[in-house]
Amino acid sequence: MQARLIELLAEVAGTARAPIDLSNEPAVLLMVGVNGTGKTTTIGKIAWHLSKEFGLSVVLAAGDTYRAAAAEQLAEWADRAGAELVRSEEGADPGAVAFDAVEAARARGADVVIIDTAGRLHTQDNLMEELAKVRRVIGKQLPGAPHETLLSIDATTGQNGLRQAKVFAEAVAVDGVVLTKLDGTAKGGIVLAIADELQIPVKLIGTGETLEDLRPFDPTDFANALLAEG
Amino acid sequence: MFDQLSDRLQATLSDVRSRGKLSESDVDAAMREIRLALLEADVNFKVVKSFTKTLKERCLGADVMGSLDPGQQVVKIVNEELTGLMGGVGSELAFANSGPTVILMAGLQGSGKTTACAKLARYLRENGKKDVALAACDVYRPAAVDQLVTVGGRVGAHVYEKGTDADPVEIAGWALDQAKAERRDVLIVDTAGRLHIDTDLMEELTKIRKRIQPHDVLLVVDAMTGQDAVGVAESFAEAAEFDGVVMSKLDGDARGGAALSVKAVTGKPILFASTGEKLEAFDRFHPDRMASRILGMGDVLSLIEKAEQQIDEKQALDLEQKLRKNQFTLEDMLQQMRQVRKMGPLSGILGMLPGMGAMKQLKNADVDEGQLDRVEAIILSMTPEERANPGIIKGSRRKRIANGSGVRPQNVNQLIKQFDQMRKLMRHVASGKTPDQQQLAAMMGGAPRPKVRRR
Repeated sequence: MQARLIELLAEVAGTARAPIDLSNEPAVLLMVGVNGTGKTTTIGKIAWHLSKEFGLSVVLAAGDTYRAAAAEQLAEWADRAGAELVRSEEGADPGAVAFDAVEAARARGADVVIIDTAGRLHTQDNLMEELAKVRRVIGKQLPGAPHETLLSIDATTGQNGLRQAKVFAEAVAVDGVVLTKLDGTAKGGIVLAIADELQIPVKLIGTGETLEDLRPFDPTDFANALLAEG
Repeated sequence: MFDQLSDRLQATLSDVRSRGKLSESDVDAAMREIRLALLEADVNFKVVKSFTKTLKERCLGADVMGSLDPGQQVVKIVNEELTGLMGGVGSELAFANSGPTVILMAGLQGSGKTTACAKLARYLRENGKKDVALAACDVYRPAAVDQLVTVGGRVGAHVYEKGTDADPVEIAGWALDQAKAERRDVLIVDTAGRLHIDTDLMEELTKIRKRIQPHDVLLVVDAMTGQDAVGVAESFAEAAEFDGVVMSKLDGDARGGAALSVKAVTGKPILFASTGEKLEAFDRFHPDRMASRILGMGDVLSLIEKAEQQIDEKQALDLEQKLRKNQFTLEDMLQQMRQVRKMGPLSGILGMLPGMGAMKQLKNADVDEGQLDRVEAIILSMTPEERANPGIIKGSRRKRIANGSGVRPQNVNQLIKQFDQMRKLMRHVASGKTPDQQQLAAMMGGAPRPKVRRR
């Protein structure tokens, strides 16, 4: 009975599974999400994995030009991961930063560009519009890009997570979810609803604050954890 | 913010309200709906259970069943119970009798502590005329200290920091000594986000608390938190012994169940609500007002307070004169718009008006702030003469204004047309007539609807 339930849950959790697409040169990743869900930290971890484990050259774009010291935060991660950082001053146009980063990556023959964006609540139409514009600007610099748009969802998020995913997907065509802060007691059950209703798979999970704490999503492990006690 | 919850409750209650007499099964059905609505809103399931139980007992009480208008009584009870659930009458921060008042902020990662620190500092400066200092004790997250220094600077609060190499407990103690020596009124201590199950970091939080003996410990809780909120609050209650809660990100469309649960489980009230990107978007949390907001009764009190803060009385009088004499110009419209917008995002203001929640058209109309920006830009591209007398705007003037404000000439036309309609409407109102629906709709920018013929 339990085993069958896990199987069923894993099946839903595994809806529309696909790996992160890095086949393009450069592959452009766009990171989006609500405030405080862990975008910048996740980017740091992805950059570290790509550069240290796969030997790829990575460019990070500090597209969060709104929050104080967001660029400094990303700079620190870039440093740890050995990635290059493209940034502008606070209050600059995030589209311009993204544009410059993709241009720089193309000029230098970098393998991957990861673009950070400011956290925004999905209810703020003007900010969502800004995000859509960032995406369009990237597409103008490199047709087909961004190749992968990742939405970070905090595992502690409740029913609202579905709404977040829906609105972000409408604005920027989300390819996958990064489920963050899974090292707490929250299990992130809302991603089941996201996978089921919106066909957006979880691609990565974040399980801590160090560079290594990022893993590919495993539907069976996830289903097991959902049903585990405590 | 609590939109969906409020929708469901209102639907349920209007059903109950429409009945003259209530049977026990009517009450049962209503309770079932309320239970579902609360669960969907992420309210902790245990809290929901006890809440609906109390509610039902009160609803079945003699004073309800025997009253002439039982439906109305039920609404009143739900309102009272919701208010009670969120903390009853507004509680206050504790202040020190002498020396600096010390406020310790704690919470999970990404709940919005650093921003809340700056917003609280600004709030206390503005409303209590306090000299506020901040202490940067988040040495873990990259650039957290820089962030606090920046936002602290913006709100005019001094920031005590020792970089990221010092021990957070030491920094906190040192900052307190500094605050005492420099005779600050308030010291707000920012801490690193931590998981409630991370024993080392929770231990550190306890040490900080013991070292600085805060007058208030505030837990910052993300309004979008799900069922996990209760476990988090319980752990923090133990380690940090928090006194109150700051609800962050309340400007989203989260149904706010976390807000409803935390008080119920820990007994600690929600003191402040953070409702926007701007540092001014921070205010006292009023459980009673929030409850009526959930029930769609509006939050007129908050609206009036906001208006009083922002609107210059003399300007308002001038405007009234102009309206009466029908001398309202585009310039006045620009001033008006700016004043209203100072009160915060329009959607938030609409949410405070009674009955607005029920007006579906308005809710879906999505108040587009960008459009208001465009209107501002258009007016700003006009000469003073054109603003006073839009009738002279023809061909080349129109083209110039459109170019200047980056819109199409049609948009300029549209604005002038809307302005004309507005003036006509005002003439009507000034002469004591009530405007008809069509005119109102046209003013809101909607297409005029065909008149329904009355029989």
